[in-house]
This record gives sequence, structure tokens and C-alpha cells, in this order.
Amino acid sequence: MGGIVIIGAGECGTRAAFALRKAGISDAITLVGSEPYLPYERPPLSKPVDGAVQLKPICGAQALEASAIDYLQGVSASRLETESRTVTLTDGRVLTYEKLLLAAGARTRRLTCRGAEHALAFRTYADAAAIFSHAEAGKSVAIVGGGLIGMELAAVLRSKRVAVNIIEAAPTPLGRAVPPRFAARLHARHVDEGVQFYLGRGIAEITDDAVYLADSGLVLADLVVAAIGVQPDMALAEAAGLATGNGVLVDHFLRTSNPDIFAAGDCAAISLSCGGHIRFESWRNARSQAETAARNMAGGNDAFVALPWFWSDQYDLGLQVAGLPQPAHQSVVRCLADGELEFYLDGGRLVAAAGLGVGNAIAKDIKLAEMLIAAGVDVDAAALGDPDVNLKTLLKSARAA
Amino acid sequence: MSNLMTWVSACKIDDIEQEGALRFDHAGRTYAIYRGPDDSVYCTAGLCTHEAIHLAEGLVMDFEVECPKHSGAFDYRTGEALRLPACENLRTYPAEVIDGEVRVALG
Repeated sequence: MGGIVIIGAGECGTRAAFALRKAGISDAITLVGSEPYLPYERPPLSKPVDGAVQLKPICGAQALEASAIDYLQGVSASRLETESRTVTLTDGRVLTYEKLLLAAGARTRRLTCRGAEHALAFRTYADAAAIFSHAEAGKSVAIVGGGLIGMELAAVLRSKRVAVNIIEAAPTPLGRAVPPRFAARLHARHVDEGVQFYLGRGIAEITDDAVYLADSGLVLADLVVAAIGVQPDMALAEAAGLATGNGVLVDHFLRTSNPDIFAAGDCAAISLSCGGHIRFESWRNARSQAETAARNMAGGNDAFVALPWFWSDQYDLGLQVAGLPQPAHQSVVRCLADGELEFYLDGGRLVAAAGLGVGNAIAKDIKLAEMLIAAGVDVDAAALGDPDVNLKTLLKSARAA
Repeated sequence: MSNLMTWVSACKIDDIEQEGALRFDHAGRTYAIYRGPDDSVYCTAGLCTHEAIHLAEGLVMDFEVECPKHSGAFDYRTGEALRLPACENLRTYPAEVIDGEVRVALG
């Protein structure tokens, strides 16, 4: 006999454990986490308070106990056997499951250049503690990768008066996930704050005090951080013969190729109705996929439909992106007192929205845009661009129609 | 400990959008004052109970306010936490409108 086993105790696995109880599961639930702490939130890692990295638990030990969730910390799964429905842990224990959830998350991509071992990664509490213990005013840090994580880290380090250099292989920073309009604004802000950019540059070698660029030149640095993205953690699934691609492949119900095994969060690549699979790396996705997977593991039949959404805080600016903006979309810009919004239409329908503003200035409007997108109605482009038209009014008339 | 409430004049009702919220700082603390769809007014602690985010910047729909950062939600009439990641209720304070002036009882 088995119960439910969850591999990975990040935002996704932990959320799923509680959601399973809420969905009425009374069997044993075992949550397996590789790190030696209570499950914790990752977003605060890049935002140290008074110089100290925060370890903000997702839930307390009491909450786990009250929900009868058996949390095994500091161990990971080393083997999965689908025939016998067993998971072998690194400490030798063998768990039997009725249903299994893979929520192993992602691992940082490592540099492959000479001296790559000098570069620190930035994903876990231990990584953050190592980086910020070196982050003193007057020191110099080289960040390899100008994506969201690299840019957020740069902003925090500048606030500590650490000299920051960003080395990025692409011609512009934030090219992957952020619409060009806001990527350019954020780039300009970082330049104003004194961040040095080395764009379109590869790396030849890293030493203990410098990064040597591929086409000559070097960047002196007391500390080098690699922020070149993550790879889904799917070794267990691959070895067990589950279908994998850019992640553990799952259908709309978050079921893997084995009907008793589900996957969710950073490690899961969900099938698209237009073909292919897509993987999301965000806090909200980890939570919402966890909830859908939990309901389906409890016997439900819910297709995962949540709109992708993420935020990023850099200096006093807050960015939010909802949906997947594409260059082919019609763009409509709305200017606010403290920020700017851009709406993306596809054949007259609102499909995505993004905004950048001081603090949470654009949050309310992005939320309303999400509801308009979910309503799936045609929206008047002129009204979207007019700051005097309240989006709530547009939503109410769309819902009444 | 004293439970004495002090009525404080906070703003004009017209300063708050209908079905909206306004941040109100007083004596080193921060609050959120809400104007419901029926023009009724309410007051809660200003910060989300999950992380220190000002709720007045969040979306107000009917009698619900949503945290602008993580989408936790509260019924601002009762302070009840309605949606995760918010799980702890918000403290509420009495509020009233007299001649267009919003007063809240803090303490």
C-alpha cells in the first residue's frame, strides 16, 4: 500500500501537499525535499533585509503536522521504478506510492568555459547566503547573464554600492521574457545606476579575480555569479522511462506518460493545444499547477488553463507580464502617472499585457487586463490606450455583453 | 493594555474611487481605507498579512481586495483572508462618513 509521494519541496511540491488535503485526500502524503530546511519561498532570496538573506518558510512545521504531511528534508530521490511503484531515496529508504508528483523544479545552468567553477550559482538559500556574504560596498561583482535573475541581482547589489558588471551573450539584456519596450527601459535604468554592460560578448575563462571575454578584454571582479538560466530537473523521470523533452512532458491534466505520475512547476512541460510543449518558470505557475495537479491526483479532471504571469522588481520599479506577448501582436500603449502599460492584441482580442511602473503602480491594471484576457472578448484598442477609461468599466461592460 | 479607540479624520470620501482603496498613514502605522460599490467605507491594517505589501495598491472588486504582488485576497469588511498565500486575517477598524469626511477608529 502506498499513499502519495511528492518529489520536491519548493513552492510547487509544498503547495500541492496542502492542496491534496484540501481536495479530500486522506492517504499518507510524503513530501521529499533535498534542502536541509523547512520548505521556503525563493523570491525573497534576492531581497536581503538589512544585509541578511531571508529564509521565509512557505509553512511552519506545525502546519505540516496539522495536515499530516510527512516532510523528509535533506534527501532526494535517486531512483524511480514505475513497475513496483517505488522511489528510492539518497539515504537508502524506499517509498511506495499510489500516485506520485514530480515537482523537482529546475537546476541552474552551469557555464562551460575554463574556470567555470569560480562562478557562483544563484538559486537556493545557500547560494544567496554565499553571494551576499561577499556583497560589501566597494567590491566588484561580474554577473554572467542579463536575464531577469541577473538584472534583479544587479539592482540589489547596486543598492549596496557594489560595482556591477553584466556580461550577456545576446545584443540586449532581458531579451527572452520581457517585451522590448520594457527591456529597454530597465536596461537604461541599470545604466543610470552605474551598471556596466558587456553585451554580445562570450566568455573565454574565469579566474579568481577576473572574467576574460572571448574576443579580448577582461572584467575584474571579486565575485562572479552565473545567472544564465535553469534546466528542468528531470533526471529521475528520464531514467524511469517517462516521456521528456524540455521538461517532463505532461498533458493538460498535468499527467505524465505514466497515468499514476503527475508533474508540475518548473520541471513540467505542458502540452499545447496547437502542438508542442511549454514550460513556465514562475512562482505563480508553480502554485497554480500544484493546485491543478493535486485536484487531478484526487480524482478530478481539471485542465490547466492559467495565464502565464510573472513579476520582477528592479530598483523602485515593478514589472509584470501576463500572457505571452509576441512581436506579431498589435501593441497598444497606455501611459499612467507612475508607469506605462502595453497591451497585446491578436485579431482584435486582448491576449497579453505588460507594465512597468514605480512600486506596484501597474499591478491593479495588469490584474484587470488578466480578467479581460480570460473573458476572451474583443476590446476596443482606443479605449485600452486611453488612461481616462477605467479598465474595470471595460471589464464590466464585457461581462454584461 | 488599553483598548481605547481614537476616532481620526482620515480623508474625504471623494478622495477614494468608488470600489477602490486609499492608503492612510497615521502615528507611524499604515492602514487601507476602502469605499465599497455601495459607497460604504471600511478600514483595515494597511499591509498584507503574507508580506509587507500595501493593500491599497491592490485591485478592489466588490468587497474583496487583492494583494498587488501575490494575489492573496481579503474581504475588507471583515478582514477575512479569502485566498492563499494570505492565510492570516487582516485587522479591521471601525469607519464612518460624516458630511463627506471619512473617520476611522484606531487604537
